[in-house]
Amino acid sequence: MKTWETVIGLEIHAQLSTQSKIFSGSATAYGAPPNAQADLVDLGYPGVLPVLNAVAVQMAVKFGLAIDARIARHSVFARKNYFYPDLPKGYQISQYELPVVGEGAIDIVLDDGAVKRIGVTRAHLEEDAGKSLHEGLPGVSGIDLNRAGTPLIEIVSQPDMRSAKEAVAYMKKVHTLVRYLEICDGNMQEGSFRCDANVSVREKGADKLGTRAEIKNLNSFRFVEKAINFEVARQIDLIESGGKVVQETRLYDPDKGETRSMRSKEEANDYRYFPDPDLLPLELTEEFISGIRASLPELPDAKAARFCSQYGLSSYDAGVLTASRELAAYYEEVAKLIQGESKLAANWVMGELAAALNKDGLEIADGKMSSARLAGLLKRISDKTISGKIAKEVFEAMWAEGSEADAVIESKGLRQITDTSAIERAIDEVMAKNPGQLAEYRAGKDKLFGFFVGQAMKATQGKANPAQLNELLKKKLAG
Amino acid sequence: MALTAAQIANIAHLARLELTPAEVPVYQQTLSSIFAFVGELERAQTASVDPMAHPLPGLSQRLRPDVATEQDRHEQYQANAPQVAAGLYLVPKVIE
Amino acid sequence: MAQLSEGLRRKEFSSVELTSRLLERIEASQPKLNALISITREEALQSAQAADRALASGNATQLTGVPIVHKDIFCTQGIKTTCGSRMLENFVAPYDATVVAKLKSAGVVMLGKANMDEFAMGSSNENSYFGPVQNPWKTGSVPGGSSGGSAAVVAARLAPAATATDTGGSIRQPAALCGVTGLKPTYGRVSRYGMIAFASSLDQGGVIAATAEDAALVLRAIAGFDPKDSTSVERDVPDYVSSLNAPLAGLKIGLLKEFFDKGLDAEVERRIRDALTVYEKLGASLREVSLPNLPLSVPAYYVVAPAECSSNLARFDGVRFGHRCENPRDLMDLYKRSRGEGFGAEVKRRIMTGTYVLSAGYYDAYYLKAQKVRRLIADDFARAFSEVDVLMGPTTPTPAFQIGAKVSDPVTMYLNDIYTIGANLAGVPAMSLPCGFVDGLPVGLQIVAPQFGEARMLNVAHLYQRETDWHSRVPEAYA
Repeated sequence: MKTWETVIGLEIHAQLSTQSKIFSGSATAYGAPPNAQADLVDLGYPGVLPVLNAVAVQMAVKFGLAIDARIARHSVFARKNYFYPDLPKGYQISQYELPVVGEGAIDIVLDDGAVKRIGVTRAHLEEDAGKSLHEGLPGVSGIDLNRAGTPLIEIVSQPDMRSAKEAVAYMKKVHTLVRYLEICDGNMQEGSFRCDANVSVREKGADKLGTRAEIKNLNSFRFVEKAINFEVARQIDLIESGGKVVQETRLYDPDKGETRSMRSKEEANDYRYFPDPDLLPLELTEEFISGIRASLPELPDAKAARFCSQYGLSSYDAGVLTASRELAAYYEEVAKLIQGESKLAANWVMGELAAALNKDGLEIADGKMSSARLAGLLKRISDKTISGKIAKEVFEAMWAEGSEADAVIESKGLRQITDTSAIERAIDEVMAKNPGQLAEYRAGKDKLFGFFVGQAMKATQGKANPAQLNELLKKKLAG
Repeated sequence: MALTAAQIANIAHLARLELTPAEVPVYQQTLSSIFAFVGELERAQTASVDPMAHPLPGLSQRLRPDVATEQDRHEQYQANAPQVAAGLYLVPKVIE
Repeated sequence: MAQLSEGLRRKEFSSVELTSRLLERIEASQPKLNALISITREEALQSAQAADRALASGNATQLTGVPIVHKDIFCTQGIKTTCGSRMLENFVAPYDATVVAKLKSAGVVMLGKANMDEFAMGSSNENSYFGPVQNPWKTGSVPGGSSGGSAAVVAARLAPAATATDTGGSIRQPAALCGVTGLKPTYGRVSRYGMIAFASSLDQGGVIAATAEDAALVLRAIAGFDPKDSTSVERDVPDYVSSLNAPLAGLKIGLLKEFFDKGLDAEVERRIRDALTVYEKLGASLREVSLPNLPLSVPAYYVVAPAECSSNLARFDGVRFGHRCENPRDLMDLYKRSRGEGFGAEVKRRIMTGTYVLSAGYYDAYYLKAQKVRRLIADDFARAFSEVDVLMGPTTPTPAFQIGAKVSDPVTMYLNDIYTIGANLAGVPAMSLPCGFVDGLPVGLQIVAPQFGEARMLNVAHLYQRETDWHSRVPEAYA
């Protein structure tokens, strides 16, 4: 029985969030009516010419610097020639031999907490194609060129990943990174962030790579994982039953949960790359590059490391809190407002807040719970005005009403009872009402302690300070 | 250098040009004579020469400010289109 | 043109009168000459009226009210722009080429669109879907190409000037064969935006007129930086007209050894030598220079130009504009038949040549090699210009040949461009001016200048035209 090794490389296409297209002045906003954002340049009209968008270049360089890659001082745009209805000029302007970003690397954290470095071969600028629509059009396909000309950065990894999980971790890391850098909104449903996976298998220990299949246009982390797993199993089955893996392009069918060969792209395309004569070589100065370097935000890894040391958080917690710049910034605001309670803040941001946002389909940036409001609640836990349990109730009310913590606590009378005599009175009441259990407890049935805690809590509408209650109860029950 | 009919067919296919059977030998002949002529390039000593993609020395690509300047003129542009419906350009069905 | 401009300003005649007269001449010439594909009568008269108003109110430029014809390769808004091809037979351009817009705002009156070799591919105007153009000097002879219509228009005095384009000689060669003055500027001097692309790194828009003075007038209006063309150069446009009479001052003229080779007709050579004698009398000195790699210019061109055009013409696919075949069976059929029907034989030949030289396995041997040879040729020119101020020689090896004489073998036709192609590969400016006749057919003297040397080149041409009157000769039929 052979042992198999999976080899995966990912090509990620991220749409750059510029205002206008890479080579034309058309708007790039998503969702416009068909062809409303396709000007003469995008349509490939006779006589039109491309002019390069400065911000697209800045964004590509930003990405390259963020992955410690070599930035090419001299890079060239090349034409990739092929015929397809969503490609108006009959060629895509891309970069071939001389991309703007060279070799770099991205670190991912595996399930067991180990860090693995994934190599990036290159990243280059290119234009996106339009869209073909097939539904509801009998016998014809409809072409919408709004997307044609949107700037893309294509990020090519080394075939360093060895499992679907590693591939997903890498994809997630790139996703986080491009959002941190504010170069891509990462919206996979809208197609801003797409992934092609190159998958092959080989016998463990072999140094030659197996024939790979390319699975195109995976637009969710789940699909990437499932598609890769299916494909690996398919290839192993094929080889073990005497077949050979064919180098081909495949699509993932999420309904069937399988990959299938793309009929239309079966023939190998000869793209006849050559430098685009309508564009001059892109020359980047040291000044330009250092200007961009200076504008880099604190990157996820550095921020997570700082959270560990500055806030005493575990690397897992730091990782979760730095998944997005917005979330990290939010956390830091809260932590600043309630000095000395960084763990409390972390728990609430990762816990209740995240759950509430998720439930309502909201993002931090939607501003439903400002950092000041949450901090206001956490302060009341910290100063023991309310217990953690009551705080959850307060949070729910704050979330629904948009109110402040103190207002909710007052109006619902949820202040924690810390007055010793009040608690003692409640305990006395409970003991008096439950003579039988009292006797049993005193006779040795320790389990009933929980019963008395529950009853006493009920008697105080849950507002008794739990620690105090416990202490006083113990004393009183002991007699 | 002589091209075969199969090569002509392949090139015509790559270039999406339909050639009639009568045309193939004509293009075979003319293209072969062009390539025989062009073969003279081999004589040139170019071992240490950089290719010249643009005749303008030392110039680099200008960068354009990132501003959306174009408006929706699709109706005007689609006046030239052979087949349009609901704002979409129509082609025979494409099967993925 | 200068004279007409004077006449308009002195109110000897109005623009409407001038325009009407020329439109009549055009209509009368069409059956014989076929120099125009479209005659824009209504638009011309409207522009002429507007021009007359501007002239009356004193808001006029030197070009206001002067009629002109545009080669049908320039997009003209609202007017059919066919590029001499069935592919664009009914294509109405939705925008003006920059060259057209500039001349429009200078107040010129467009009379129509000149016939041309299809997609600018040809040296005889026999490759037009709209029929060949006759040489006004001799019916049955070619006017040259690809700007055959533009040259014929000026030679027959149907308009004082016509815009044209030159990729391998398409302005200079027809100017020579028709006895008029044609100028190809430095690459990047005139915007290519709106000029339907043939070979992007070689194409340049220019002008054909009766005299260097008129060419200077038009060049001054059309030259200049255009932000819509990435290959357009940011460099001030000198006033070409004001320097026309600068003294010759010891001009050093280089005679290219490679131009005076055995392919040059003996009678043509005699006319060229006569012209050179005129320059010597004016105080110029002649010396022999050599561009040793120049003989490779034609093979290099016939790799680079087809390669670029095979890609530039991929946009003609029957989807968004242009010819579409009837009842396409499927996408492949749509592409192949639309393109097979829309393009003529020479265009298909060049597309296939280009596709081949870029294809896998041939790129290095052909395209890359040709671009290296191109650098050798450009370096040769630069070296020559360090020794001399301008180069002079014949524009064509023979005078105009018979229509139909060279259609069978493309290579024979290609060799017509032997003296002109080098300037396109090196991106240097060049022009042709009439310098005599052989058997009743005009001969052209070619002047080649260093990059951005148009002012000097026009000055040198103008001084010759002050001493001679070849440029005033008009064919009897059109006197």
